[in-house]
Parts: sequence; C-alpha cells; structure tokens
Amino acid sequence: MLVSYNWLRNYVNLDKITPEELAEKITRSGIEVEGIEYLAPKTENIVVGYVKSCEKHPDADKLNLCQVDVGEEALQIICGAPNVGQGQKVAVAKPGAKLPNGMKIKKVKLRGIESNGMICSLQELGLDEKYIPADVAEGIFVFPEDAEVGTPVQELLNLDDAILDLDVLANRPDALSMLGVAYEVAALLDQPIHLPDESLTVDQSIEAKDYIEVKIDSIENNPYYGAFIVRDVEIKPAPLWMRNYLMASGIRPINNVVDITNFVLLEYGQPLHAFDYDQFGSKQVLIRQANENETLVTLDDQERQLNEKNLVITNGEVPVALAGVMGGANSEVTDETTNILLEAAYFESASVRHTVKQTGLRSESSTRFEKGVDPNRVKRAGVRACMLLQKYANAKVASGVVEVDELDKSEKSVVITKAKVNQRLGMELDEKDIISVLTRLQFEFTQNGEEMIVEVPTRRRDISIFEDILEEVIRIHGYEHLPYTIPQGWVQAGGLTDIQRLQREIKNYLSSAGLMETLTYSLTNQKDAKRFLTPDIEKEPAYSVGLAMPMSEEHSHLRLSLIPEMLRVLQHNIARTQTDLAYYEIGKVFVSREESVTKQPIENLHVAGALTGLWHNHPWQQEKKSVDFYVAKGIVEGLFAHLELDVTFVQTRMEDMHPGRCAEIKLNGNGIGYVGQVHPLAAKDFDVKETYVFEINLEAIFSAHQQIPSFTDIPRYPSVTRDIAFILDNDVPAGNVQTVIKEIGAPLVKDVSIFDVYQGEHMEDGKKSVAYRLLYQDPSHTLKDDEVDASYHEIIEKVNSQFGSYVRS
Amino acid sequence: MKEALQAIESEALASIQKAESSQELQEMKVKYLGKKGSLTSVLRGMGKLSKEERPVIGELANNVRESITEALETKTEKLEREALNEQLENETIDVTLPGNPVHVGGRHLLTNIMEEIEDLFIGMGYEVKEGPEVETDYYNFEALNLPKNHPARDMQDTFFITNELLLRTQTSPVQARTMQSYQGERPIKMICPGKVYRRDTDDATHSHQFRQIEGLVVDKNITLSDLKGTLDVFAKKMFGKDREIRLRPSFFPFTEPSVEMDVSCKVCDGEGCSVCKQTGWIEILGGGMVHPRVLEMSGYDPSIYSGFAFGMGQERIAMLKYGVNDIRHFYTNDVRFLSQYHQA
Ligand SMILES: [Zn+2]
Repeated sequence: MLVSYNWLRNYVNLDKITPEELAEKITRSGIEVEGIEYLAPKTENIVVGYVKSCEKHPDADKLNLCQVDVGEEALQIICGAPNVGQGQKVAVAKPGAKLPNGMKIKKVKLRGIESNGMICSLQELGLDEKYIPADVAEGIFVFPEDAEVGTPVQELLNLDDAILDLDVLANRPDALSMLGVAYEVAALLDQPIHLPDESLTVDQSIEAKDYIEVKIDSIENNPYYGAFIVRDVEIKPAPLWMRNYLMASGIRPINNVVDITNFVLLEYGQPLHAFDYDQFGSKQVLIRQANENETLVTLDDQERQLNEKNLVITNGEVPVALAGVMGGANSEVTDETTNILLEAAYFESASVRHTVKQTGLRSESSTRFEKGVDPNRVKRAGVRACMLLQKYANAKVASGVVEVDELDKSEKSVVITKAKVNQRLGMELDEKDIISVLTRLQFEFTQNGEEMIVEVPTRRRDISIFEDILEEVIRIHGYEHLPYTIPQGWVQAGGLTDIQRLQREIKNYLSSAGLMETLTYSLTNQKDAKRFLTPDIEKEPAYSVGLAMPMSEEHSHLRLSLIPEMLRVLQHNIARTQTDLAYYEIGKVFVSREESVTKQPIENLHVAGALTGLWHNHPWQQEKKSVDFYVAKGIVEGLFAHLELDVTFVQTRMEDMHPGRCAEIKLNGNGIGYVGQVHPLAAKDFDVKETYVFEINLEAIFSAHQQIPSFTDIPRYPSVTRDIAFILDNDVPAGNVQTVIKEIGAPLVKDVSIFDVYQGEHMEDGKKSVAYRLLYQDPSHTLKDDEVDASYHEIIEKVNSQFGSYVRS
Repeated sequence: MKEALQAIESEALASIQKAESSQELQEMKVKYLGKKGSLTSVLRGMGKLSKEERPVIGELANNVRESITEALETKTEKLEREALNEQLENETIDVTLPGNPVHVGGRHLLTNIMEEIEDLFIGMGYEVKEGPEVETDYYNFEALNLPKNHPARDMQDTFFITNELLLRTQTSPVQARTMQSYQGERPIKMICPGKVYRRDTDDATHSHQFRQIEGLVVDKNITLSDLKGTLDVFAKKMFGKDREIRLRPSFFPFTEPSVEMDVSCKVCDGEGCSVCKQTGWIEILGGGMVHPRVLEMSGYDPSIYSGFAFGMGQERIAMLKYGVNDIRHFYTNDVRFLSQYHQA
C-alpha cells in the first residue's frame, strides 16, 4: 500500500513528524514500511505562469513564441509543445531553475530569438510516466483556471510529497486504506483523527428506487449490495488535488467519475463500481452465480469464460461485472455517460479469491475484498462518493439507496483483565497503561470489576480474542519495555537422541576419513530420481514421488538415492578444474511403494559418498594414487568398524554400476547398501570420469547399533598367529573363504586377515594364491600348540573340501 | 716406584689427549692398563716394597688407574659424539619442501551452524525433534491455524504432491506432531531443525530448498518476556555478547502476539551501513506466543498452558555470521567454498 504523506495529513496532524520518523514508528509497531520515495526532487524557480500570447516563431514552424506572466515579471519563452496556447496556466521553469532530470534553465537564443525559461510537461517536473493521465501525457501540463500565477508548482502539483510503501500482511487489511492508516498513525502519535466529510445533500425530486431494484440470489457470497443513482454527471478531469493524490498512490487519473471511485477506494478501503446507467440494459441488478459457459467481456477487453463458482452482477439477463474483481465493457463509464448506477457492496473474500485465482485478474478492488473490508464502511463509502460526485461532477444524487442488507455489522467484544495481560506478558503494567492503549486505538470499553470489556471496531477484523488485544497493548505500549526472562520452573535434561548422536558420529568419521560433506537438493529429475537404488529399496517395487506442479524438470521428483545429485556436484567441480574430489552426504530418500501416491512415502536417512581423481598425490616424491574400489571400500569398512558392526561384502550387479566392480553391503544377512564404480556409461550421463560411490541405508544401522558397547576384558593371555596360503580358483571370492575360516575357527580364531594375493607367473592358469593370517586367542588360558594345530588342520581340510582349493607349499 | 707411576700417568694422559680415533684409544687402554701394560709391569715390583710403603704405593697405583680410565672414557665419549655429529650433519634435508599431504575432509558450513544452534539450546534443556519432509496438509497448515482458504496460505508457495500431501514449507509441523504426541499432559521444550521447501526461483537470496530451525516451549505461565530473554541469549551467543535485540510486531497465523526479532548490526555497531540497509538492525527470526487455537488443536488447554515459538532460516544465520553473499553456494557445493568453512 502506497501512502501519501501529504494526503495522510488531511486526517492526522503530522506537523511534528517527518516522513522518515513516521515510517520508523509505523515499522516498529508492526506494519513494515519498505521504503520512502519522494515524488520529485526539490525544485525552485518553477511557478505557475499565464500565457498572455502565443504566436508562431517566425523562423521555425514547430516552435511557438509565448509571452508568459509569472507574477512579478513577464517572460518571453519559446515552446515546442503542440498543445501550448494563449490563455493557459502553465508550469514555467524560470532562468536559474534546475529540473529533476538535472537540466539547468538558462537564457538562450532559439533561431535568433531569446527564450527566457521553459514551459514544462509533468514528465519534466519529475512525475513517473505511468501515472500521468492520458489527456496530458503529450505536451505541457495545463493547470485549472483557478491556479494562481506565481505559485510554486512543487506545492500545487504535490511534488514535495513523500510516499511510504507499506508491506501490509494478511492480518491488517484495515491498513489497505488511508483511513485505516490514519487510525494507526493517530494511535502511534496519540493524536485525534479527522474523518472525511460525508455530508451529502440529495435531490429530493429524484428517488433511487424509481430507477433500480436489487436482488441477490447468492446472499452467502454477497450479504450487502447498495445501489446509488447519480444523474446528470458532467464528465471532466477530477480536481487537481485529487489527481495529485491518486498519482502519488500509484493510480493514473482518468476522469472525475472513475477518479472519485478510486479515491474513495483508497480512502475507505471500500471498492466501488460505477456503471453507465443508460447502458445497463435494465432497471434491475441481479447478483447471482454465473451459469456454466456464460461469458463476459471485462473492462480490459478480454472475454472471460465463467462458471458457477464466479459471482456476477447482472442486469437480470446478462453479466455486467465480475463481482468485486472487474466491471464489464458493456456498461463502462465513458465521456458520453450522463447517469450513473453506483455500486457499494460487500463480497465475501473466498468467492472473490476464487475468481481472482481462476482469471488471474488482480485489481485494487479484488485485493481488498480478498483480505476483507469493513462492513460498517460499505454504505458510507457510497455516500462519500456521491458527495464528491455532486461536488466535482455537478451531479444530482437521487434520494435513498436501494439495498439488500443481510450483513453482520456487529462489533466483537473481548474481555481482558490487567492480571491476565501481565501474566502473559511477564511484566507489571498499570491499568492506566492499558486504558491509554485502548483510548489511543479508539477502542471503546466498559469496566466491570477486574474485567474490561473491549468493543472492537469492525475495521479491525484481525482482533477477536484476548491474545489479539494483548498484542495491541504491547505493540502500542512498546516492546522495548518488555523485560528479559528465561522460562522458570519445569526442567528437563535436553539433548540429542541416540540416532541424532550417531549421525554426528558418522559425520565426524567421514570428515576425518578425508571426505567433504555436501548438501544437495532432494528434488531431482524424474529419470535420476530412480537410479542407484540401494538393495533394500530395490527388493520391492519402488516409485518416486513427483510434484503436482514442479517449477522445472530438473527438480520435479523426490530422490530415492543421494548419488545422482552428488554426481552433479562432482561435475560442477570438475567443470571448474577441481579434479580430485571426495564427498559424502547424509540425507533423506523418499520411497513410495504405490505407483500413484496417496500416502506419505517412507523417508529413510541415507549416507552416501562419491570419489574421483587422485586419492593421494605427493608430486615431488612421485607418489600418486588414484581413487579405486578399495579406497572406497576401505572408507566403508572403517565406518562399520567405527560403529562396531559386522558387515559382509558380496559381489553384485546393479544397473548404472560397473558389472565387475560393485559389492552389496550386508548387515545381518540383509542388503543395506552398495559400494562400487559407477558404470562408465552412467558416468558419461553425468559428465564425470572414473568415479566410485557408496550408499548405505542408515535406518538399518540405527536399529543394529548398540549405543553402549558391553565391556570386554583386555586379554590376559598371549595370542598366537598362523598363516595359510590357499590356491583358489580365480572366481572364488577371497572374502567368502575368509568368512568360512572365521566360522570354522570360532571361538578360538578371533580375527582373520588377508595379507597377500598373488596371480600370474609361477601360478597355474585360472588360479590365485590368497594368504590368510589367523589370530588365535583364549581368554582363559595360554593356548597350547596342539590346540592351535588341531583347529588349523580342521580349517585347511574344510576349506579345501568346500572350495576345491589346496594349500600353497 | 712412585716416580715411575707418576711418569706413566702423565705419559698416558698426554697421549689420550692426542688420540684421534677410538681405535687408538683401544690400543692405549691395552698399553697402559692391560695385563701386559706398563702399569701392571710396574706393580709387579710391589713385593719388593716395605710393609709401610705398600699401602701408600697401592693407593697411588689405584689413583693412576682411575685417572687413566676416566680420561679414556671421556675421550671415547667425545670422539663418539663428534662422529655422531658428523653423521647427523650429513643427514641434513631441505625442510622447506612440502610434507606428505593429508586428505582433509570436513563438515558442511550449514552442519556447523545447525549443530552450534542445537548445542546452544540443548544447553538450556531443549530436546531435538525431527519429522517427515513430505507432510500432510493437516500438519503443515491446518494444525497451525491455517485452515483451507485462509488468506495467509498465499504467503507460502507450496510444492503440492496431491491435494493432501506436500513438501513441508516450514518445520512447524514437527511442533504440532510433538504437542499431539504429548497429549497436553506435559510441558515441552524442543527445537526442530530440518529441510523445508518453497516454490521460489533459486537466486542469490532464495532457494527452493532451505533449512529452518524452530523452537517451542509450552508450560504453565510461559510469558512473552521469556521469549525475549531466550532470544537475547541466542543472539548474544551466535553473534557476539555486545549484540542487542529488539522485537517488532509481526504476523504469523500460529502465534499471537507475533514478533520479528532484529539484532543490532555487527558491521556498523548499530550506526547504519549497507549491510543493515542503514537501519542499524538486521532481521533474524520470527516468533511469538503460541496461538490458543494451535494449543487447543494439539490437546493443550490454553487456559492452563501458554507457550512461545520461534523459527529461523539456517542459511540466513550462516550468511550473516560468515558474510556469505549468495545462498546458492550452500547447494552447489563448490569445493573451494566448502573448504573455507569446514572447521568453522
Ligand atoms: Zn550496519
């Protein structure tokens, strides 16, 4: 809402406060003033002049030679504007004046004749082009005849005005009117308010009911409709002061009738609509829901398709306006209009909002109806407009208003007590502090013992309960008076849950392991949303959740894996010549088990990593190591070791992963993730090179992880190690043998590690040698050789029979 | 005999002094102290001495042996030290060459900010609650006093999935869920951090995905002053102990009264600068007293319980605290951005 400081002065005395100070006060008390703009820079030496004579320049067809009286002197001025003429009152920039655009006015000679000043257009005086009325957009501005010669133009055109841009939130529709702002400012400054003149003298010889009748078929959407009849209007420009205020408020003046309805809309916050009575087509206003497939050509010359959710004003036959949104072209006020049907109505916000959404038409009117207007100001706004039409359009106003009125105009009462106010605020206000606030807001109240019963004016639709009054009290009294306290009484030990702690632990581990944390978008494109799925997701049909109305295809579906967006992060960095990258992320994936989503998807927390380029690089020592499968796997193994969880890695094949370099990670027999190399073709999709990734479902880890590990005694007896090298077929996974050794060796074998793998020379084709180191230990005694030997031979025998292997001699 | 012993001592000491290698010293040890050495051969004549002379000469002989032995040891040590010194000199390397690079990882700046805020409130006795990112219309709006067709719903542009499902636009649904789970039977002190989503075009100050952290305290006799005091603790801890806060009225459907909190600008110390748009204050977060309808809908009797709630964008806090000028940096994950802050 643009609020003209000069206009506001008509209602509240602002003599002691500058626009800047006022803006600060308004902001501090709850309505943010987003900016202050002066209509035009300060100018001097620009005054009203009277064009005494105007003739063609002897040597230039397009120039006029004018003699202009500017009060104490007459100036000879050459003017190029086509609309200049003898007898006009015009804006004259005298020599020495500086125009807002920086131009300095000097005495000059044009085609040999002296010119001592310049006759200005509104643009040249600094007004924004888009608010300048069409009739004066071309050429110089001509003042009304009553403008006094010599008066500074700045004042007369309101160019010294400061415009406050108020960001009015949904709770304060009252501040969408000058009167509403005036009430607010009056309360803030503790000043009285001067209300506008509504004294209307009607023409008793004409009665509105003889001209029109009103019928409402949709009372729930339109509980009040008032029709005023105004006859014999003289269409002409509105008075200069009104045009000035409209322009200052960002509205372009049109003619007196349109300007008056706009002026009252801004002043009262009540939209009005003027129909050309003679074009209305009947003597009946019928308000109803539109019929399916009905159409209306609105004022902007667009044909609108209507349906039964649109409330329309009709003449009993066809629609003439979209209620509260826009009038129809068929009954528009024009220069030929003489009789007016003026509508002052109350349309329910839900109905108007629906039509606005459907048509995309948002106007000053619809905005106010959408947010809600003051029921007690509807009819008064109509009266005010009639009074202005009478005064500035020489119109005759018919007596009476034809209305249908089922509007609830009652005031709400809210009961407060000093004790409750202080209890909620946590301070000690006196009763007089509270009374002072209510008085400044002009809220009436009565006292009944401890209780104060506040009558809330209908203009403040936001106030209906105790807490609303509480807010008024503290915002007018001032938040700076509120003390600083901390909640007392009840105490709990705050803290993280086990799962939250574990997440931090995993981040600690991965950061220390050399990976950088990323944060990517949950929304990705439809194709990538379903790639790189972990085995727990893959085992049943899984669907990605798509947005009903995405903003772009890149962010249209919720991810089922963290990897695609992480690969995109790699790509972003590679494109910026960062080639050695190791990233991790912890975030949610969203799994729907229904093809068309009806309920909330399963949200699982995942951890993922993506690595590419060099893992280790020490240039001057010629040491380089690229990221490979075992680097990635080592990080994953370290993670599980850190969490004290036993997992196994099983060779697997996954779409988008290298068929020979991918392992499924199993915890307690269930697949919970994978680690491996991204398939070169998939890598190409994301424009990355050789890349290794892992992704693990953390929910499985959370349920398996034991928060407090039970204590195990530090072994008191020495351990014994034994090495065995098996010759295995190439396709026997070394890890499987390792698992079997552990199973057979239990409980004496505490650990089995692989310390050598050999393939190639001196080795039979298709065979490999894998050397295992076994760690034997018993908590109760020092192991004897024959105990260890017995186990060792059992292992060799069973492994050989299970895997067809033999021991390397 | 006495003279002979003294002569051996002075000769031995002089030659030990001159020795240049441990080899030479070894030879001297044999020459003077060995079984066939000069000292032994002199002592062989001890039998010829009188009973009175014997202990005197015996003592002298011992002294000479000790003195030679000590001289040998001292000299040996000296030579060994010299040899070691020489060896170490030869081992000199160029210490200005770079060391073995360590692969350094780190946390995301927003993780650090989030944990810092979490820890601050945990220290004041808050628990940390989380909830789903795909929410129902009920928890995201209705339970927060935003019924369908409420005009304030336009304030947030929502990613809908179906008519009833959406990406949460705020972390407040976690508050509603927590209140409902406690069934109005116990006080609450909680914060809820998490990702939220809005239909915004990504630019320097907007992101369609960002992170919030909200707080909620419900108990008997919770006051607006409690909110002010709590936010003051928060602001001083996050932005410095010299910071001041101010509250301004605002509007959120789920709180009444609602406030906006500003912190005095750190850059200009409240004098006015480009960072604070010349106001001396920077808007940080919103909050207020929990709306009685919200309490009621979640099972808390508003005539017994009151509460306050507040919420903020984590990115905004991080941007203000670290001077980050573009919110997109948090999501493009440029390694040159991330590595600036991984230990912040
Ligand atoms: Zn500043």
